[in-house]
Amino acid sequence: MFPESFQVHVAPAVNRFINDLIAAYAPVFDSISAGILSFLLTVSEILVFIPWWGYILAVGLLSWYSSKKFVASIVLAALPFLIGMFGLWAMALESLSIIITAVLMALIIGLPVGVLMAEVRIIATILRPILDGMQTMPSFVYLIPAMMLFGLGRVPAVLATLIYALPPVIRLTALGLNQVPKPVEEAALAYGATRWQLIKEVRLPLAMPSILAGVNQTTMMALAMVVISSMIGARGLGQEVLLSINRIDIGRGFEAGISVVFLAIVIDRLTQNMAKRWEPPKR
Amino acid sequence: METPSEAIVIRDLWKIYSRKKDLRISSSDVENEERVEELDKGEDAVVAMKNVSLSVNRGETFIIMGLSGSGKSTLIRCLIRLVEPTSGEIIVNGENVTMMHKRELVDFRREKIAMVFQHYGLLPHRTVLDNVCFGLKLRGEEKEARRAKGVEALEQVGLKGWEKYYPASLSGGMRQRVGIARALVMDASILLMDEPFSGLDPLIRRELQDEMIRLQKEMHKTIFFVTHDLSEALRMGDRMAIMKKGEIVQVGSPDEVIASPADEYVAKFVQDERDQVQRAEQVLAREHTRKEAEAHVS
Ligand SMILES: Nc1ncnc2c1ncn2[C@@H]1O[C@H](COP(=O)(O)OP(=O)(O)OP(=O)(O)O)[C@@H](O)[C@H]1O
Ligand SMILES: [Mg+2]
Repeated sequence: MFPESFQVHVAPAVNRFINDLIAAYAPVFDSISAGILSFLLTVSEILVFIPWWGYILAVGLLSWYSSKKFVASIVLAALPFLIGMFGLWAMALESLSIIITAVLMALIIGLPVGVLMAEVRIIATILRPILDGMQTMPSFVYLIPAMMLFGLGRVPAVLATLIYALPPVIRLTALGLNQVPKPVEEAALAYGATRWQLIKEVRLPLAMPSILAGVNQTTMMALAMVVISSMIGARGLGQEVLLSINRIDIGRGFEAGISVVFLAIVIDRLTQNMAKRWEPPKR
Repeated sequence: METPSEAIVIRDLWKIYSRKKDLRISSSDVENEERVEELDKGEDAVVAMKNVSLSVNRGETFIIMGLSGSGKSTLIRCLIRLVEPTSGEIIVNGENVTMMHKRELVDFRREKIAMVFQHYGLLPHRTVLDNVCFGLKLRGEEKEARRAKGVEALEQVGLKGWEKYYPASLSGGMRQRVGIARALVMDASILLMDEPFSGLDPLIRRELQDEMIRLQKEMHKTIFFVTHDLSEALRMGDRMAIMKKGEIVQVGSPDEVIASPADEYVAKFVQDERDQVQRAEQVLAREHTRKEAEAHVS
């Protein structure tokens, strides 16, 4: 056994630090929390307002519009119906609202940061190791700081999801911008493009497929995280999974688990098809 | 001010590329002959252009010729500072390009000069028409006006009816026509062309050369044309300069260059053309005697 006399604990120091931090910056955390919450509630209200068949219709039509595949669209539209059949509709909407909120926030933050990363060498040098670290960290580690600063519930869930899902948007935005063919960029400069015009007219549109791939990844990661964040008290499909684990109710766990998979498939297909539509025409 | 008959004047232009991040090369390096030699030998830098001086008259087609890596692209890019010259002076239409600030440079590129590239440089996500109008858009012209101009330019290069297609659906020759239309629509007095036809097969190349010659008859632009194809140079050029390892070795009319190559390098370039002319003469002569013989028989 490791000798007890060697034990040194940093836990009290960490606790004290967090307590002091919260005490000192309470208004800041409160306003962040309130901001996220009101955003989340708005998203959630909109989601609840849409009737269930609206989702089925929207998924089917969007899929048809973006892929022009009939059978695939029907199958895709059937998936949310199955979730409803399991009686998990409300739970799924709960999860979806957290995902959408986190992804929108990830885009609002991630796109400009990605552009900066592609444009300014120093920022890229600083950000790259941080992003690497963020992505290698086990996802539920993010729960700790989120929970410490914002307590339990939906707000820290959104925050943890946001932090976890942010790296791919930033990374793929920067990558897409840097992958623009040299001759195209040179031609734009030769015709008198300013730096901003170059970004807006040439680099961003050409980077769009890569950026949307980032959105896709981000959404998928957000979905994974939303399940895990049930550990800090976020309601939704994750909570169902967690409950059935605790009660060893395999059947119920299966329904919840497969619903998460259905949700993932729908989101993945739709965002991927959208990404394809943005690719420059091949003919 | 320059005499107005000269569209482009280049004086003592140097370009040394740095290949190492922390190696900064300035005009003081150029002044020191030993330093230049050291850089030239070393791996850390490339001396791409040495002491180039030229002047191009208004309305003429001036050809730059040289082997691959002789610095032709570097020179033509320096003219609009897509490549920053290490030292020297460039004067275009009496304006000193090397002294221009960022904003002046942008305006200069938008108004005074248009460029055609070997690899076209078209925007894959824009239609042919939008590609042609791209320069006008950057310049801030109204949509309707620029569309009208774009349609007209496309007609000039024989691509009427292709406005709504995307570059990917066009052949190489057609893409370069779009590239040319994009340059023409700017209505600049100077046209820069960096091996515009090198990637095309011989028939299409010939077709586009003829097209350019025809257009030039109407436009009377100053054309600065880079190629490594002597026959192209002879067909298109009023005068030509030959580059070798970053230096200009000879300037003159095509006839002068063929008749009296300045050194062995130029002579080698020219040799092919001479051989061809000789062979053509022989073939014609043979044909002539054969015809005469036939006439005798009958
Ligand atoms: N950005 C750069 N960095 C470093 N070296 C460069 C760069 N651009 C060109 N060079 C070098 O400068 C020299 C001249 O290149 P340049 O492209 O001007 O030649 P070129 O005559 O246009 O050749 P080509 O016929 O192949 O187009 C070459 O040795 C090339 O490797
Ligand atoms: Mg070149």
